[in-house]
Amino acid sequence: MGGILSRENIIRWAALLVLLALIALFTALNPAFLSQRNLARIAIAAAPAMMVALGVTFVIVMGSIDLSMEGAVSLAAVLFCLLFVKLGGALLPWGWLAVPVIVLFGAFYGMLTGLVHVRLKIPSFMASLAMGFVGTGAAVMITGGEIVRIGDSTFRMLLTWRILGYPLMVYVAIACIFVALFIQKHTVLGRNFYAIGGGEELAHASGVNVRAVRIAGFALAGAFYAIGAIFQVAKLGQAEAATGANFMFVSITSVVVGGVALWGGVGGVWNAVVGVLIVNVIANGMVVIGLPNFLQDGVLGVLVILAVVLATDRRAVAFVK
Amino acid sequence: MYELRAVEKKFPGVHALKSVDFKIARGEIVGLVGENGAGKSTLMKVIYGAYQPDGGQILIDGKAVRFANPRQAMEKGIGMVFQEQSLIPNLTVMENIFLGYQEQFTRLGVIDWKAMAAAARKQLAKVKLDIDPRMVTSALSFAQRQLVELAKVLTLEERVEGDLVILLDEPTSVLNKEEVALLFKLVRELTSRASFIFVSHRMDEVMDLSDRIYVMKDGQVMDVLARGQAEAPEIQRKMVGRDIDREYYREQKQVPYDADKVLLELSGVGISGRIEDISLKLHAGEVLCLVGTEGSGREAILRTIFGMVQPAEGEVRIDGAVQPRLTPGSAVARGVGYVPRERKIEGIVSGMNVYENMTLSQLGRYSSWGVLAVGREKALARDWIAKLKIKAHSEYADCGNLSGGNQQKVVLAKWRSGGSRIVLLDHPTRGLDIGAKEDVYDMIREMSADGVGVVLVADTLEEAIGLSHTIVVLKDGAIQHVFDCRPGAKPSLFDLLHHMI
Ligand SMILES: Nc1ncnc2c1ncn2[C@@H]1O[C@H](COP(=O)(O)OP(=O)(O)OP(=O)(O)O)[C@@H](O)[C@H]1O
Ligand SMILES: [Mg+2]
Repeated sequence: MGGILSRENIIRWAALLVLLALIALFTALNPAFLSQRNLARIAIAAAPAMMVALGVTFVIVMGSIDLSMEGAVSLAAVLFCLLFVKLGGALLPWGWLAVPVIVLFGAFYGMLTGLVHVRLKIPSFMASLAMGFVGTGAAVMITGGEIVRIGDSTFRMLLTWRILGYPLMVYVAIACIFVALFIQKHTVLGRNFYAIGGGEELAHASGVNVRAVRIAGFALAGAFYAIGAIFQVAKLGQAEAATGANFMFVSITSVVVGGVALWGGVGGVWNAVVGVLIVNVIANGMVVIGLPNFLQDGVLGVLVILAVVLATDRRAVAFVK
Repeated sequence: MYELRAVEKKFPGVHALKSVDFKIARGEIVGLVGENGAGKSTLMKVIYGAYQPDGGQILIDGKAVRFANPRQAMEKGIGMVFQEQSLIPNLTVMENIFLGYQEQFTRLGVIDWKAMAAAARKQLAKVKLDIDPRMVTSALSFAQRQLVELAKVLTLEERVEGDLVILLDEPTSVLNKEEVALLFKLVRELTSRASFIFVSHRMDEVMDLSDRIYVMKDGQVMDVLARGQAEAPEIQRKMVGRDIDREYYREQKQVPYDADKVLLELSGVGISGRIEDISLKLHAGEVLCLVGTEGSGREAILRTIFGMVQPAEGEVRIDGAVQPRLTPGSAVARGVGYVPRERKIEGIVSGMNVYENMTLSQLGRYSSWGVLAVGREKALARDWIAKLKIKAHSEYADCGNLSGGNQQKVVLAKWRSGGSRIVLLDHPTRGLDIGAKEDVYDMIREMSADGVGVVLVADTLEEAIGLSHTIVVLKDGAIQHVFDCRPGAKPSLFDLLHHMI
């Protein structure tokens, strides 16, 4: 105890330290890594994944898992594009409506996952995995395998309008992080996520409606996936059934690297944020230092494992499970 | 034979053990007493290797040793029977007994279940428990599980050379009189093979069983007393640092209840195999005590009232309204609070801090539009930490790190502060030191005076008689007798026992 370098403090800040160490490492290998342009690139790449990771964090804190993000993001992205085009194809006067509608749709989709999990008593990983496939399937069906494009320059300002060198999207993402933090710390729902993750029976015996909270958790996750989908569309200017590909690996890895415990009740938004940044810094850093393409996936995997080893307190795990 | 010298242990914000010296000889039974949070469990954890001391020495037969984990301690013959039970409920009894030591029964990785069952039976015989070792552990009663744990620890006998030290942390807190007597008899017999360290908040038991008693306070050993060297009140004064009120159960504060106001009524409630035809009324300001042996249906009644089990027959009325499909959620909404016996699964959420635990059942009152009033939550927690003298460094302390008794205080504060009008207390003083027990009795009296109805399953019969207005004696799931229990007209222990067995 005591002292800045105590075990407790090191564990609490481990993920952040790993992030700083990685930044230092890549900068040492290539100073261009720390250039403002490259940092902006990392921020843009991280923004959609950040939203998805925030969403799944709430579910993981509850002690469940949600694997529906790929399908959810694809479907939300495709629907967003189609709706946006239907509403005139420009943000003004009516295109903006697509944003709240799709976020609500995401929440609805998440709620369905939650209902399947809770009502039919199917383990969450199975229920959400299946719902993810449903989402991808629906996206394929709707688009017929085509790509849907959005050309509206006002909407693309999310990517193109830069303040202090960072695009608008990054600021919106930061705002979303604060919203998530608020939900975690200052709402009944957030508190109940921790109660259920920490002791489901106890939450039940305290009069918490565990099923309702579970469903709400999945719905909240769904809403964040939809925001992630909208960011992804803004980034790429298009959507297709494969838009959500890769989000599962990136988001779950990030959350774990950041130190959110998969058995629930431990960690939170802050851990997810650091985790997403770690994964994105690794991915970007490998490009910047010029690692050959064919090596990158493998190295990413190895570095992620290393990051987990360094950043999380696995000593406690041995006692828990 | 086993010795601690100047052992220190610190946690963030807590100096849990301050230069503790401790000794135990072969075949000796040492009692360990002290108020909640004094450091008893921490000391036990250091002894069996779960915590590493921050300073000082551990000596066995004069040689310094260091345990990195409980397994290493076990290899030196030190075993622990846990305060909050630690058997794995979905495994069989024999698997639990030999958990981690199955190699002796395996050939090429395949377990010889017959051999294991035979060996398990031998261990169970040591604790005089006649059950099938192939039984699933969750099917056992609490007392039986306790004995299985002891049997598990006794496997050390065959495994290690040399002397055994067996630690018992509040082993009696949920046992009834006969079970305690049985356990003690067993422990005495076993002193031919092992020494025991024994923690309990029941002074009579400690004085009865121990050869020497260590008195702890605030992480220090205050005194070491040989058998017969001191009387209970004196030890208690050393523990708590003040005199204990002789009017222990606050009988003088017991006021008559409001017989016109029925808060809760059960009529003809039955659950097959557990309780049958239970009818009772709880009035405003009444303390109604359910008395009976383990399995007599006390717990089933509490759980029915709280909506955790649905009665097959009969009905539950709260404030006169029939509750056809009661759930814990709706029970809480109607003003019912429940302090369960198994703290670890139903009492507190470890990982959440003190204020989060206290408001868990009443988030509606500490929020508007789903947004929490964290400031008010913290104020509430600070208030109760002071009122019940909860040993926590602040309202931010993780409840999982509090001592057993202090966790119990948090649970009590949670329901008391929630303004519940019908409070179900299952062993509310379990694991509390005498000082804290007094606080709880005061709290129960206060609740009565406020018109709260209390259904109590007490820790001891004395406690039941002292606290209650009405005693309902149960046997095999049915009501045997109802005693009026006004001050001056209290039934005797014998009256109750007569109907219990
Ligand atoms: N892992 C931990 N982290 C932080 N503090 C701890 C931890 N374990 C115990 N403590 C603190 O150390 C002190 C001693 O606790 P301990 O559990 O030893 O008390 P105890 O004497 O067993 O009390 P009780 O009679 O209530 O069981 C308490 O203040 C407790 O909060
Ligand atoms: Mg203890």
